[in-house]
Amino acid sequence: MSRLWPLCLMLLLVGCSEQSEQPVEPPPSLADPVAVELDADGRPVPDILAESQVIHRGNGEEPQTLDPHLAEGVPSTNILRDLFEGLTTTTPDGHIVPGAAQHWDISRDGLTYTFFLDPEGRWSNGEPVTAEDFVWSWQRAVDPSTGASYGRMLSPVANAEAIFAGELPPEELGVTALNDSTFQVDLNHPSPYFLGLLTHPTTYPVYREAVEAYGDSHVRPGNLVSNGAYTLEEWRVRSSITLVKNRAYRAADDVIVERVVFYPLEDENTEFNRFRAGDLHWTYQVPSNRFQWLRENLDEALMVTPWFGTYFFSFNLTRPPFKDNLALRQALNLAVDREILTERVSRFGEIPTFNLVPPGLPEYEPPVTDWADMTQKEREDEARRLYREAGYSEEKPLAVELRYNASENHRKIAVAIAAMWKQVLGVRTRLINEEFRVFLQNRAQRRVTEVFRSGWIGDYQDAFTFLELFHSEHGRNDAGYDNPRFDRLLERIAAERVPASRRNLMAEAERMILADQVILPVYNYVTKRLIDPRLKGWKENVMDHHLTRYMYLVRAREAGEEEDAAEEAEGEES
Amino acid sequence: MLKYSLRRLASAIPTLFLLITFAFFLIRIAPGGPFDSERALPPEIEANLAAKYHLDEPLVFQYGRYLWQIVRGDLGPSFHYRDWSVNDLIAQGAPVSFALGVAALLLALVIGVITGAWAALRQNKPVDYTVMSIAMVGISIPNFVMAPLLILLFAIVLGWLPAGGWAFSFDRMILPVITLALPMIAYIARITRGSMIEVLHSSYIRTVRAKGMPEKEVILRHALKPALLPVISYLGPAAAAILTGSVVVERIFTIPGIGSYFVQGALNRDYTLVMGVVILYGVLIILFNFMVDLLYAWLDPRIRYDDGEAET
Amino acid sequence: MSDEATRDAFEQALDTREVRGRSLYVDAWHRLLKNKAAVAALIVLVVIVALVSFGPMLSGWDHEIPDWDHYSSPPSLENDHIFGTDALGRDLFVRTMIGGRISLLVGLVATLVSLLIGVTWGAFAGYVGGRADNVMMRIVDAVYAMPFMFFVILLMVVFGRNIFLIFVAIGAINWLDMARIVRGQTLSLKNKDFVEAARASGATEWQVIRRHIVPNLLGVVIVYVTLTIPQVILVESFLSFLGLGVQEPLTSWGALVNEGAQEMETAPWSLLYPATFLAVTLFAFNFIGDGLRDALDPKDRQ
Repeated sequence: MSRLWPLCLMLLLVGCSEQSEQPVEPPPSLADPVAVELDADGRPVPDILAESQVIHRGNGEEPQTLDPHLAEGVPSTNILRDLFEGLTTTTPDGHIVPGAAQHWDISRDGLTYTFFLDPEGRWSNGEPVTAEDFVWSWQRAVDPSTGASYGRMLSPVANAEAIFAGELPPEELGVTALNDSTFQVDLNHPSPYFLGLLTHPTTYPVYREAVEAYGDSHVRPGNLVSNGAYTLEEWRVRSSITLVKNRAYRAADDVIVERVVFYPLEDENTEFNRFRAGDLHWTYQVPSNRFQWLRENLDEALMVTPWFGTYFFSFNLTRPPFKDNLALRQALNLAVDREILTERVSRFGEIPTFNLVPPGLPEYEPPVTDWADMTQKEREDEARRLYREAGYSEEKPLAVELRYNASENHRKIAVAIAAMWKQVLGVRTRLINEEFRVFLQNRAQRRVTEVFRSGWIGDYQDAFTFLELFHSEHGRNDAGYDNPRFDRLLERIAAERVPASRRNLMAEAERMILADQVILPVYNYVTKRLIDPRLKGWKENVMDHHLTRYMYLVRAREAGEEEDAAEEAEGEES
Repeated sequence: MLKYSLRRLASAIPTLFLLITFAFFLIRIAPGGPFDSERALPPEIEANLAAKYHLDEPLVFQYGRYLWQIVRGDLGPSFHYRDWSVNDLIAQGAPVSFALGVAALLLALVIGVITGAWAALRQNKPVDYTVMSIAMVGISIPNFVMAPLLILLFAIVLGWLPAGGWAFSFDRMILPVITLALPMIAYIARITRGSMIEVLHSSYIRTVRAKGMPEKEVILRHALKPALLPVISYLGPAAAAILTGSVVVERIFTIPGIGSYFVQGALNRDYTLVMGVVILYGVLIILFNFMVDLLYAWLDPRIRYDDGEAET
Repeated sequence: MSDEATRDAFEQALDTREVRGRSLYVDAWHRLLKNKAAVAALIVLVVIVALVSFGPMLSGWDHEIPDWDHYSSPPSLENDHIFGTDALGRDLFVRTMIGGRISLLVGLVATLVSLLIGVTWGAFAGYVGGRADNVMMRIVDAVYAMPFMFFVILLMVVFGRNIFLIFVAIGAINWLDMARIVRGQTLSLKNKDFVEAARASGATEWQVIRRHIVPNLLGVVIVYVTLTIPQVILVESFLSFLGLGVQEPLTSWGALVNEGAQEMETAPWSLLYPATFLAVTLFAFNFIGDGLRDALDPKDRQ
């Protein structure tokens, strides 16, 4: 009955009777795929594959650029992972495996990496991928005149920092081509996450001749030369980006999907409608308020996976009321009921957290705070005590500004937190919703902010990607955390070679940030998307890397085909 | 007539110049810059980017540089879509917006004029009230509600039409065109109704009628033409607005037109892109207003422009 | 410059006549009362204004405090949320009423701002004429050639998100039509016989303006106001669509409709109620505006 309402609204003005009992919206019908059968090499048998191997992926915003060194943001990175390949790459479940490099040696001190390139490695024009290509590309990535937004990813490499600062020429970067197929990298300090960095677009090789010949337009279709599984076929701005299988790719034989089309779809409802209409195999997001509906109606297509990111708010430590007011910060932190926020506001199985670093890292044990173990009731009592200790009360309430940038989810979370503060402590919160760039500027300047929305998605699989944000000189330390002990700790972590000690140092650093109440953690992100059940070959992974080259479409089951084969497939999949 | 046209076109130049100047400085007042992001850039790199796009120069120099660029027909590189120039982006998006806009304009004109005239002929009768009420739905329901409702009904429930996406094809254009046309239909119907009523009461029509001409001929040959004059003056600015796209329709139907650039360009601080579309809009406004005046002269023999002072 | 004169619908319909005394407005009022649609619209509008003014007092709910036990609840008498609740559990009846206050206020204040600027600018240009007129109207042309939305968005970005600035920003841009219309009227009025006659009989400029120009402009202005208010309310709703509307926990019909449109399938009531209020209000204003125009236009007399 309730589904009738929207149509009634439309017809309201021309007269609609609410009486009709016809269900307005038919339950969405997804194609029923045949069971997956793999051959001895783990490849799907030809018999189950759909005739047309073209997949359509919703992809958020229009990419700002497809130049791997300039790109930022998830949408462009998704496309770049298909177009290019770094020295390492990831498996469907997110493990780091050889990519353009077939294997590598790491010196005993952890400071020298020697990569032996795959002799089959080819550019899409058929030329071999050489060590010199990597040297030139990495020098380009760190060259300040390139303006690489993620150049910092290469900072573990010797001299990189000095090159960013313009003190050394890019040629001084610690990379050498020992011969055509051997590429050596010297690091400043051992960085256990270095192999993981090599899956990031900033470390991808670009084709020198094309860059030099075409300049800014080297990434247009026809100009772009890439070394990944796909190559750029067509780019219609804000409409679609089509990649076609790269015949020269080193593992081209294993690539099944012939074409992948990425659609920039900013509006989640629009994307959802197009998925329902059968236009997409893979969505970038799902409408945030539809969880229940999706669970009931499209459960077999809904994928919700923990993601390597944390949603939190930060306190501006450089201004009143939070400057030197630990008790107040803690009071506000404890007064927030994360269960309500995740279960009733964000609603997609986000994981409530009191930590900065998301769980699930193989090399990290997150510290547990005292207040994480309390009940919410105890937290609220403690919050009231701290609130009074900080000098506030019913009669003299705190008035605070809570800033966030325009977005449906941020809005809801902020409104809910303001209501909790009001109910538990009597805080008077002024909500300030700012346009994104104004918000960023205000955060960075620290002149007007009090509490503001933050959040971070890890750039590489290591706790350090979260901790380094709070170094006193980090460009995104918008809280203004300035603790020399913490800074020293970060330096020690960077230099530490023994994994166990490094792990302990990182936990100590995180504990310090939490104890100092720099942030108000809310939850760990999840990725959520709809996937056509016919699309196979992908797996859930915490970094949310999904390379098209592992995927394939199976055909829909024909009438009369066995049911139970499907269950077998489920078993094999997981 | 020719002299008048030339004079009008010449007078457009200072208007355009003023427009460009306004817009250029206005967008620069907005806080934040095109290269701000949640990932902070190292200062050295920020400085290099600024230098590359001449953002490090004094604003007046940038303004001068920009004017000189426009004179040569170059709208500059986009600051946000870094692989494209503004010329590229507009060249890709404008045909899409134009196609939708023209279709919506024609649809609105035909339906609006017919219903408006019909309502006028039945003034204050049930037909009049019904037609005008339906027309008013078009201006009373925001298009960001209308568009998803249309999608829900025609694409999801009935499955007759695609849920979005773009191609120069009838089925992909129909829902966006309807969404765009609905409010225009309402305005045109209202204007037509008003002026038609007025014309029908004029002494001219009374005379024609008195001569015993059949009613159909009275309306089609004598009443409709003068009744369309105010519709035409409405169409000038409306056409410029609709041909430059609509951010709502583009976002909800995922259409790669140029309407979104007005908003996205401003929000991304993509200075050159937003200037590009603003200039395009300005040129269209000036052009259409000029065409409206010419049409007026042609439709209404009482107006003569040769002395340069026109009275309507 | 006068060849650029706006041939706007208002002006067209309101080709001003000589006014003798105030009888025109009395006549117009009587004609308006005969227009059933307009009278009905007027009554509806009064009811809506009364509801949004006093409605929130009748409800026990607060517009900003969520009811965590009933989030996204459909309309129900049992839990006392007669319009249901939004995704955060806030009572939609109260929010719709509060939103109505804001929307109507935005409409009214923005229209008044545009009126103030537009009438002053237009009357001055028209009355003084000559070079000043030329320059002033050229400025109007340049601003007119600028896309409205771009302007509003930039103003919002530059001046922050204060609700009063929204009013002023929208009004500050919407004055162009008014200026053109008023200028055109003034221009034609000041050369009319009765104005000349008044001057000849020794009336001061100020008296001429007060006795002859202003009363003649009033009709245009009233119609303009009733037709501009709904436009402004729609503009505000568009800003909400872009996420640039009023600040939480305040709301407006536009913001509510936008939130509702996101959930039209899962929580249709959250769209239905605010959208109905919005649409009915816009309807009412448009009917009143049309009615007024017909009533004030002597040519339309039957």
